[in-house]
Amino acid sequence: MIRSEVIKSIVPVLEGQLVVCNIGLPSQELYMHHDQPSNFYMLGTMGLASSIGLGLALAQKKKVIAIDGDGSILTNFGTLPTIANNVADNFILLIIDNGSYGSTGDQPTYAGRKTSLTAVAKACGCDTVIECQAEDTAQVLRDALKSNRMTIIVSKCKSGNVPVSVIDLDAPVIKHRFMEEVRRG
Amino acid sequence: MSINHKIADALIRNKVEFVTTVPCKQLAGVIELVDSDKRFMHVPSNKEDEGMGLCAGAFMGGKRACIIMQNTAIGVTINSLVTLIQYYNIPLPMLISYRGEVGEKVACQAEMAVHTKSLLDQLKIPTYHFHKPDDVNELDGILNHAFMAKKPVAVLMDASFWSAAQ
Repeated sequence: MIRSEVIKSIVPVLEGQLVVCNIGLPSQELYMHHDQPSNFYMLGTMGLASSIGLGLALAQKKKVIAIDGDGSILTNFGTLPTIANNVADNFILLIIDNGSYGSTGDQPTYAGRKTSLTAVAKACGCDTVIECQAEDTAQVLRDALKSNRMTIIVSKCKSGNVPVSVIDLDAPVIKHRFMEEVRRG
Repeated sequence: MSINHKIADALIRNKVEFVTTVPCKQLAGVIELVDSDKRFMHVPSNKEDEGMGLCAGAFMGGKRACIIMQNTAIGVTINSLVTLIQYYNIPLPMLISYRGEVGEKVACQAEMAVHTKSLLDQLKIPTYHFHKPDDVNELDGILNHAFMAKKPVAVLMDASFWSAAQ
């Protein structure tokens, strides 16, 4: 499976959840497969999906799923100790690890070579870190939602992209409809 | 009342509950206060752009957020300020220790000080310079303005201002 297929496979699990999605192709693929007002698409700022997701989870009670990539975790490496030390049990960080910078032309990341993000997350102090194969992502995510424990999931998939369109929503519109979903009772 | 307490109280009056910080020697007192004051959720950041992500998330989660950092951070946060905070109309008060001004002991800090205001001006970020202790009384209005306008605002607090906090 490639990232686009992983995202498609988890659509039923994401239904109705607050989702913060990484910049570039991941957000475009999520938008293509299943747009919903509770998706926050990042149109800029590589690396901050996990930070936005953690801030959101700490500020309110609903569950939050941040969909990130290995490249953007490497870009914002300081996020893992912050997550580990500020536990939000309503927070799930799903790192779709395809070992490459997909949005910029599949240049290899260090996560696809010697660096294990699973080992790094554990070393940073994250208590529940689960590495899974791409095909198992939906079930692992479903279980994590049920567990009520902050969970870091590292989903190992293949590198590669499919053609997708850009997101034709304005940034303040994305924010506005997302915040309405956060507030919804 | 100390300047640090006045800052904390202005944040509380303006319903700021979520605070992220990256340390600076001049900010040690206010960071300690924010950390110990249970009215705040304090989440220290490892880098200031990470902190802006945390603040954006907290704001969308219903908590007003602010970042406390050094002016050198302007150099590392320009992309986050432009493509996250400004692009999505997210209010973000930035309480900034203005290192490198008169009274500075570390020469290198003067290098970033000379760029600080021009960078903020280039980014069209409303900027306020606290130089005298009484300038802290402006903070209420500045915070209110940031949340009204849904913009980042910068409050530069220089060595002269902080010397009054001792």
